[in-house]
Amino acid sequence: MLASLSRELLHNLRTALQALGAYTFFFMRLLKEVPRALLRFSLIVEQVHNAGALSLVIIMLSGLFVGMVLGLQGFDLLERFGSEESLGSAAALGLLKELGPVVTALLFAGRAGTALASELGLMRATDQLAAMEMMAVDPVRRVVMPRFLGGVLSMPLLAAIFSMIGIFGAQLVGVQLMGVDTGQFWSQMRSAVEFGDVLEGVVKSCVFGVACSLIAVYEGYHSVPTAEGVGRATTRTVVISSVVVLLLDYMLTAAML
Amino acid sequence: MRVRGLHYSVSQRPIFAGVDLDIERGSVTAVMGPSGTGKTTLLRLITGQLMADRGLVEVEGQDVAGLRRDGIYRMRRRMGMLFQNGALLTDLDVYENVAFPLREHTRLPERLLRHVVLAKLQAVGLRGACRLMPAELSGGMARRVAIARAIVTDPQLLIYDEPFVGLDPISLGIVLRLIRLLNDTLGLTSIVVSHDVHDLSAFADFSYLLSGGLVIAAGPPSALATDTREEVRQFMHGLPDGPVPFHYPAPDYLEQLRQLR
Repeated sequence: MLASLSRELLHNLRTALQALGAYTFFFMRLLKEVPRALLRFSLIVEQVHNAGALSLVIIMLSGLFVGMVLGLQGFDLLERFGSEESLGSAAALGLLKELGPVVTALLFAGRAGTALASELGLMRATDQLAAMEMMAVDPVRRVVMPRFLGGVLSMPLLAAIFSMIGIFGAQLVGVQLMGVDTGQFWSQMRSAVEFGDVLEGVVKSCVFGVACSLIAVYEGYHSVPTAEGVGRATTRTVVISSVVVLLLDYMLTAAML
Repeated sequence: MRVRGLHYSVSQRPIFAGVDLDIERGSVTAVMGPSGTGKTTLLRLITGQLMADRGLVEVEGQDVAGLRRDGIYRMRRRMGMLFQNGALLTDLDVYENVAFPLREHTRLPERLLRHVVLAKLQAVGLRGACRLMPAELSGGMARRVAIARAIVTDPQLLIYDEPFVGLDPISLGIVLRLIRLLNDTLGLTSIVVSHDVHDLSAFADFSYLLSGGLVIAAGPPSALATDTREEVRQFMHGLPDGPVPFHYPAPDYLEQLRQLR
């Protein structure tokens, strides 16, 4: 029993290490292609539209509701200590440093990541990638790179929009509904939020952008060319991205505190 | 193009065990065989998508196994391949699909590119469909667009993987005629992989019959049709039972029924 358990553990560990190695090689290959990909910027712009612009509605709506909830919960908590005027700074710091990048990354993985993975998976299943290979066109250079860079560029922009709308949502509830003073709300926020806090959010969203985009294009590009394989690649994209984002969030928070 | 002593296996299951074949310049060569004999695998080996375990695959005097990635890409620029389903890029319209290889490999001025693309679409009879998306095309039309895309860079070798699957008689006739016409007028060499014996027999110059990992018959289609060997006869005349058995290997039927009880 113990022997079979340890054998399975070893097998899983080996599989995980192999996957990590494969991810690293793929990432290196993508990095090598960056200068050449930047020369065809129109392809990247197209993908920024697909991954970023088409995710705007879900990001803005989620940002608004997260901000509104933060306003309610924050007010309830701060009122107990008689410091509800600090709601602005609490909401802004929470959104800029933590909720903005993390929730955006999770939503990005669910909306744009799955779209990327399934698109690449279907391209493989319908021989489109093989056809490119046969036309002497490298699919990684022509198809994967623009999508990867499009995702990487979109994420910080989406996170910034999420945080901005979130702060508006917190203000809407805190000031308009719960009666916190407008001046206090904004002045407390301005005095509490420093450049380092904004930078932390930007760094996190950039790292999450690289991670989520890499996972999506890797899983899609390497998916088994069947309906089940594409479905599995899509699911894996969401699951792996979510876990990796939360793990990276802890590591980055610990490093930047 | 020649293949000598080709060996290839997948997960220790041999697919080819010493295949020899020659493709003559300017000819239309048919590669036939029952489903699962590795016809598509052979094409992948010829085009460098797969590498043989042993043996020689030589295209225009170059050993494919000895080529690096950029060498393989250079070789493929002189080839065109038609996939079973056309494999058109679904986010581009017909015109852009045909223009795709030119946009990727050349810096032709837009006007010249337009002339070339329209000429190729005219050759396959689909100039009027140039703004349609792949989803709006019938199976036969998609395959004709794929042919236009395959010839847009003026390749020397054109490879067709099961080009007749799922086509209605009219589309099938058009594709058959196109393969012969393009081969003769453009001076191409064509390899057609299919199990459609009757259609291939009508227009191929030479044919190979693959079975059990080997070439079991080679010659003009008319010669294969009159071959008396049992395995050739079974395939050429579509006999349900023979060397390729009707039943998949299974334990004794009665024994299996008894076990279930």
